[in-house]
Amino acid sequence: MASQPHTLQHHFEDLEQQFESSSLGMWTFLVTEILFFGGLFTGYLVYRTRFPEAFHLGSSLLDVQLGAVNTAVLICSSLTMALAVYWAQKGDKNKIVLFLSLTIALGAVFLGIKAVEYSHKFHHHLLPGNGFTFEGPFSDQVRIFISFYFTMTGMHAFHMIIGIGLMIYLIVRARQGWYSSEYNTPVEMVGLYWHFVDIVWIYLFPLLYLIGRH
Amino acid sequence: MGTAVFNPREDQLAESTNGSTKNYLNAGFSAKSWLLTIDHKRIAILYLLSITFFFFIGGIFALLIRLELLTPQGDLMQAETYNKMFTMHGMVMIFFFLIPSIPAVLGNFLIPLMIGAKDLAFPRLNLLSWYIYFIGGLFTLAAIVFGGVDTGWTFYTPYSSTYSNTNVILAAVGVFVSGFSSILTGLNFLVTIHKMRAPGLTWFRLPLFVWAHYATSIIQVLGTPVVAITLVLVGLERFFHIGIFDPKLGGDPLLFQHLFWFYSHPAVYIMILPAMGVVSEIVTCFAKKKIFGYSFIAFSSIAIAVLGFLVWGHHMFTSGQSNYASLVFSFLSFLVAIPSAIKVFNWTATLYKGSVSYQAPMLYAIGFIGLFTIGGLTGIFLGTLAVDVHVHDTYFVVAHFHYIMVGGAIMGYLGGMHFWWPKITGRLYPEGWARFSALVIFVGFHLTFFPQFIVGYLGMPRRYHVYPDEFQILNVLSTAGATILGIGYLIPLIYFLWSLRYGKKSSRNPWNAKGLEWEQASSPPIKQNFEVTPVVIEDAYEYQPKVWLK
Amino acid sequence: MSRHIVPARVYFLIFLALLVLTGTTVWVAFLDLGVMNNVVALGIATLKAMLVVLYFMHMRYSSKLNWIYLAAGFLFLVILLSFTMSDMLTRNLISVPQAWSSLQ
Repeated sequence: MASQPHTLQHHFEDLEQQFESSSLGMWTFLVTEILFFGGLFTGYLVYRTRFPEAFHLGSSLLDVQLGAVNTAVLICSSLTMALAVYWAQKGDKNKIVLFLSLTIALGAVFLGIKAVEYSHKFHHHLLPGNGFTFEGPFSDQVRIFISFYFTMTGMHAFHMIIGIGLMIYLIVRARQGWYSSEYNTPVEMVGLYWHFVDIVWIYLFPLLYLIGRH
Repeated sequence: MGTAVFNPREDQLAESTNGSTKNYLNAGFSAKSWLLTIDHKRIAILYLLSITFFFFIGGIFALLIRLELLTPQGDLMQAETYNKMFTMHGMVMIFFFLIPSIPAVLGNFLIPLMIGAKDLAFPRLNLLSWYIYFIGGLFTLAAIVFGGVDTGWTFYTPYSSTYSNTNVILAAVGVFVSGFSSILTGLNFLVTIHKMRAPGLTWFRLPLFVWAHYATSIIQVLGTPVVAITLVLVGLERFFHIGIFDPKLGGDPLLFQHLFWFYSHPAVYIMILPAMGVVSEIVTCFAKKKIFGYSFIAFSSIAIAVLGFLVWGHHMFTSGQSNYASLVFSFLSFLVAIPSAIKVFNWTATLYKGSVSYQAPMLYAIGFIGLFTIGGLTGIFLGTLAVDVHVHDTYFVVAHFHYIMVGGAIMGYLGGMHFWWPKITGRLYPEGWARFSALVIFVGFHLTFFPQFIVGYLGMPRRYHVYPDEFQILNVLSTAGATILGIGYLIPLIYFLWSLRYGKKSSRNPWNAKGLEWEQASSPPIKQNFEVTPVVIEDAYEYQPKVWLK
Repeated sequence: MSRHIVPARVYFLIFLALLVLTGTTVWVAFLDLGVMNNVVALGIATLKAMLVVLYFMHMRYSSKLNWIYLAAGFLFLVILLSFTMSDMLTRNLISVPQAWSSLQ
C-alpha cells in the first residue's frame, strides 16, 4: 500500500475514517449548541406566552429593516462559506482564501449592523438590565423582552466572533498550502459551524423582530 | 479459539521481567510527557489524580457537616456557614468527582482497549478536556477560598441570582467550565465507539462497559449544554440584573428550575450508568459465566439515557409546578425504574449457577447491587406524588441519593479501580486489605445513611444545621458511620499507593477475564495498546464456550 | 477520497431560495393571519434551516448517522420546550382543595 499522507493522524486507519470521525464529531458538537441555545429559546417561549402584549411591544422597538438586511448578509456569508468549501474540495488555494475572506467580511458587516442596533438601543435606555427605562405599558415585561433580545443576539454574535477567528486560522493554513482535494476537512468543519450560526439567526430573526407586526 | 491473531512476540515481551518492558508508563518520565500527553491512558491517570484530590475536598466538607449534626443545636458553626458546607460538598462531589469519575478515568483508559483501537477519536481534544476540567476546578477552589457559596448545589433563583452575598459567579463559572470537559469527553466517546471499533467487533459484541459509556455520553452531550446556558443566565442576572428570574418584574423562578433539572436529573444517570457498566463486567468475570440477557442490559442503558430526560419535574413537585405536569412526571419516573430493575435481575441471574468467587471487585459489585436496589426503590417512593409532599426536602431524599451515589456509583468506581488496577499499573493490590476495606466501607455506609432514611421520614429537613432533640441519636449514628466510611476510603488510597512500589507484579490477565483489554493488551499496556490490530471473532463474555464433542 | 462535490450552481440556487424565503417571511409578518402568523414564520424558518442543512451543510450527501444525531438534538430540544410549557400552561388548570392552596 502506498505511504499514508502526512495529514493522517496515527490512530486512524485511513483518511476516510478520519474524515467521517471529524464530521460526526462536528455534528455532535452542533447538537450541543442546539441545546445550548435551546435553553434561551425555552425562556423566550415561556415569557412570550405569558406576556404576549409586552413581547409584541418590545418587538416593535426593533428595526425590522436592519434585521432583514442582516439576515440577507448572513445568508450571503453562508453562500461564500459553501463556496470556500467547494474550492477547498477542488484544491484551489487562492479561491479558498478569497471566499473565506468574503465570509469574514460579511460577518463583520453583520456585526457592524448589530453594533449600530445596540447603540441605538443604549441611546434610548433600552438596556439589558440596570438602567433600563421605558415610557410605556408593561415596562417590566418589555424589559424582560429586551433582556432576551440582547442575550440571544449577544450569544449569537459571540459565536460569530469565534467563527471569524476560526476562519482567520483557516486562511493562514490555506496560504501555507495545507488544504487540497485530498485533505480539506478543517475547512468543511468550520463551514458546518458557520452554517449552524446562520441557522440560529434564521430562527432569531422572526422570533425577535417579527412579533405581531401587522 | 482465540479472539485474535496470536502474536508470540508480544506475549514474550509482556511476560518478560516487567519494568524493563516498554509500556505507556515508562514511555517518557518528564513532566512535559505527562502534561502534554495525548495518550488516553496517561490522560486517564491525570484525571485519576485530580478527581481523587476533589474527592477529599468534598469529603472534608462532608466531615464538617456531620460534625455539626452531632448535636441538635447549631454550635459548631453559624447557619450561613453551614449553608456553605453543604453547598460546596454537593458542588465538588457532583461536578468534580462523580460526574467525571468512571468515564474520565476508567472510560478514557479502557474504551480504546476494549474496542481494539489505538486511542480515542480525538486525542488532543481529550487532553483539552482534562485542562478544561482542571481550570473549572481552579475556579471552584477560588470560590471556596474566597468565602464559599451558600446557594445549595442547585443554585435556585432568585436567591442565587439576586440575594446571595457569596461567590456565586465564581462557582457558576467553575461548574460551567467543567461542564465543557464533560461534553467533550462524551463527544469523544460517541465518535470513538461509532467509528473506531476493531474488525469483527459489531455493536452486539461490545463489552457492556462500552454500551454504558455510550449511553452516558448521549446524556452528557444533550444535557450539559442546558445547565451551561442556565448558569450563564444566572451570572447575567447577578451581574446585570437582566431580570428574567426576578419575580418583581414578572420573572419565574421555576423557569430556572426547569432549565436546571433538565440537565441535573439526567446528570444522575451520568453518575450511575458507568458504574452499572463496571458491575456488568465484574459480575460476569467473577461468576465465570456469560452475562445473562446481554441485549437487555445493552438496551436498558440506552433506555435509561432517553427516559432520564423525561422525568425532571419530579424534583419540583412542591415548587408550584402545575399538578397536571407533576402527574405526568411522576408516571414517567416510574417508567425509568424499569430498565434499572432489568439490569438488577440480569446481574442476579448471571450469578445463578455461576462459579462465584469473592475477591474485592466482586464484593463491591455485590454491594452495588444491593445498595442500588434500596436507593432505586426509595426513588420510586419519592416519585410518588403524594408521598413526596411529605418527604421532599427531608433527609429521606438525602439518604435516597446517597444510597445511589455512594452505595452505587462510588462502589462501582472502587470495584472498577480494583478490577482494572493490574491492567492500569501492572501491579496487584493486596487482596486481604482490599476485602477488609470493602467491608469497612459497607458497614460505614449503612451506619451513615440508613438512619437518614428514618430521620427524614420522621421529618428532619435537609440543609438545616439544627434539629429537634429527639433526632440526635440517629444523627450521632450517622456521624459515627461517616467516620468509619472515611477510614474505609483511606485504606485503599494507602494500599494502592503502596502497591505501585511494593505490589506483586501482575501477569497480563490475573482474573482470566474475557475482553480485548485483558486478552490482547499487556499489563500495563504498551503506548499504542496493541502490537497488531485485534480481529474479533466471538461474542462478549464467552466464559463457557460451547464444546462440540467430536 | 470519493466525496461528492456539490456543484456551485446548486449553492447559488439555494442562496436565491433563502433570500426569497426571507423576503416572504417579512412580507407575511405584515399581514394579519391571526395565530397562523406564528405558524408561517416558524414554518418558513424551518424550511430555510432545512435547505441550509441539506445543501450547504451537505447533509443530503452525508451518512445517515449524522442525520440521526441532528434529529436527536432537535427532538430533545422539543422535549425541553414542550415539557416546560406543559407546566407553564397548566398551572391553574386543576383546582385544589382550600387547605392545599398554599402549595400553589
